[in-house]
Amino acid sequence: MADLLKLFSYGTTGWGDEILAGAWLTIRLALATLPFGLLVGFGVALMKRSKSRWVHGLASIYATVFRGLPELLTLFLIYYGGQLVVQKLVGLISSDVQIQASAFLAGMIALGLVFAAYASEVFASAFQGITRGQWEGAHAIGLNRTQTMLLVIVPQLLRLALPGLANLWLNLLKDTSLVSVIALADLLRQTSLAVHVTKQPFPFYLVACLLYLVMSIISTFGIVAIERWAERGQGRRTNERGALA
Amino acid sequence: MLAWLQAFIGTDLLVQYGPRLLHGLQITIELVLISICCGIALALPLALARLSKSRLLRGLSLCYVQFFRGTPLLAQLFLIYYGAGQFRPALQSIDLWWFFRDAFNCAALSLTLNTAGYQAEIYRGAIRSVARGQHEAAYALGISRSVAFWRVILPQAAVVALRPLGNEVILMIKGSAVASVVTVFDIMGETRLGFARSFDMRVYLYAAVLYLVLVEILRRIWDRLEARLTRYLRRSDRTEHVERAVTQAGPATH
Repeated sequence: MADLLKLFSYGTTGWGDEILAGAWLTIRLALATLPFGLLVGFGVALMKRSKSRWVHGLASIYATVFRGLPELLTLFLIYYGGQLVVQKLVGLISSDVQIQASAFLAGMIALGLVFAAYASEVFASAFQGITRGQWEGAHAIGLNRTQTMLLVIVPQLLRLALPGLANLWLNLLKDTSLVSVIALADLLRQTSLAVHVTKQPFPFYLVACLLYLVMSIISTFGIVAIERWAERGQGRRTNERGALA
Repeated sequence: MLAWLQAFIGTDLLVQYGPRLLHGLQITIELVLISICCGIALALPLALARLSKSRLLRGLSLCYVQFFRGTPLLAQLFLIYYGAGQFRPALQSIDLWWFFRDAFNCAALSLTLNTAGYQAEIYRGAIRSVARGQHEAAYALGISRSVAFWRVILPQAAVVALRPLGNEVILMIKGSAVASVVTVFDIMGETRLGFARSFDMRVYLYAAVLYLVLVEILRRIWDRLEARLTRYLRRSDRTEHVERAVTQAGPATH
């Protein structure tokens, strides 16, 4: 047992620091993907609301494809396909340059595209929850379209979309483990390296699983706090309405 | 145009790797079918344990669900596939090593354990959604608890669980792709092999099409299944006819 604990210690003899560095990369990757996925997802949701059949169709196809493909396949498509495309583009300018794709960037783009596909559904149904009166009211007090969106719609939209987005965040956190397959030194990859050297797969993978679990649980606490913050105006308003009635 | 299309699809490549991909498709379907079916068998007791009065059962079931829903499938697969190797002598002594030696079995096992965690939550919600009055009515009629569960509660819960279960099957189809990482030659495994040999991106595109078709077929089957199981909720054909006649006679609303 003591020998086993030694394996998880810091420094040159233990793998504790390597594994924690991997966990840190997992967190960084998930945090970097989030804003990208949210923005693209919101854009696709707006496209779904477009009156143009082409724009609407394009958005639907995007969501269907990236929700239907395995995340691992999307990752490979972006990692290898992206490398090929960039290589060809660079090849047009000079043929000597070799392109080495950044696994972090590929992982971020692939996970972001998948996140965006699901997020667009969440945003689209959140749009349904905003009554017509909100748009009309904003129009009536003379706000232009951008102001209406940013000042009136988005704040309410975020509150409605929050539970769905929270689920997507938890999925994203777990999906980051797939980047270990394209040799990015995330938590799972670092654990695999440790297993390779120490020949102790069970304890190491169990610790990796528990670390993911801890990240999920901490996220859940964060989500509850954010939801409470987003709902802060809600309770009071029902009271006022109750008092009026 | 046709020549361009042919070049885009890559007829030679398709002839070379198509049959292998179809074999991979078979493995993927086997993997998903086995894990979904075994997952149901495991998830029902788990859901009942979550709903039981015993704190111990509730706690154990909650731990199971938390663990398998809170950690990545890939990590679970590694834990089982590589982790089992560490217990080889012990597994050999109880004559189970043959099972864990095969990557397919390990993938099927980890997919089963994983989906059981998710399905348990689906069934728990579905069972709780059945109105209290149904339990009370069954009790009042003197029906035993097990009969009441199987004949009264479960059929109603099944209808509620159907839609999320369909989503779960789709997630399993997608999730099963990670089995390729431990040398199972499912669609993804064959694709990776094909790409490693040909260095042609189109192999990945074939796989993408296969997965999309698989998911779409499943979605349609599920729509049919749902229509069939909820047919008692639909209004009768006669009312529909009358309604249609009314809307046709009335002014167009679109």
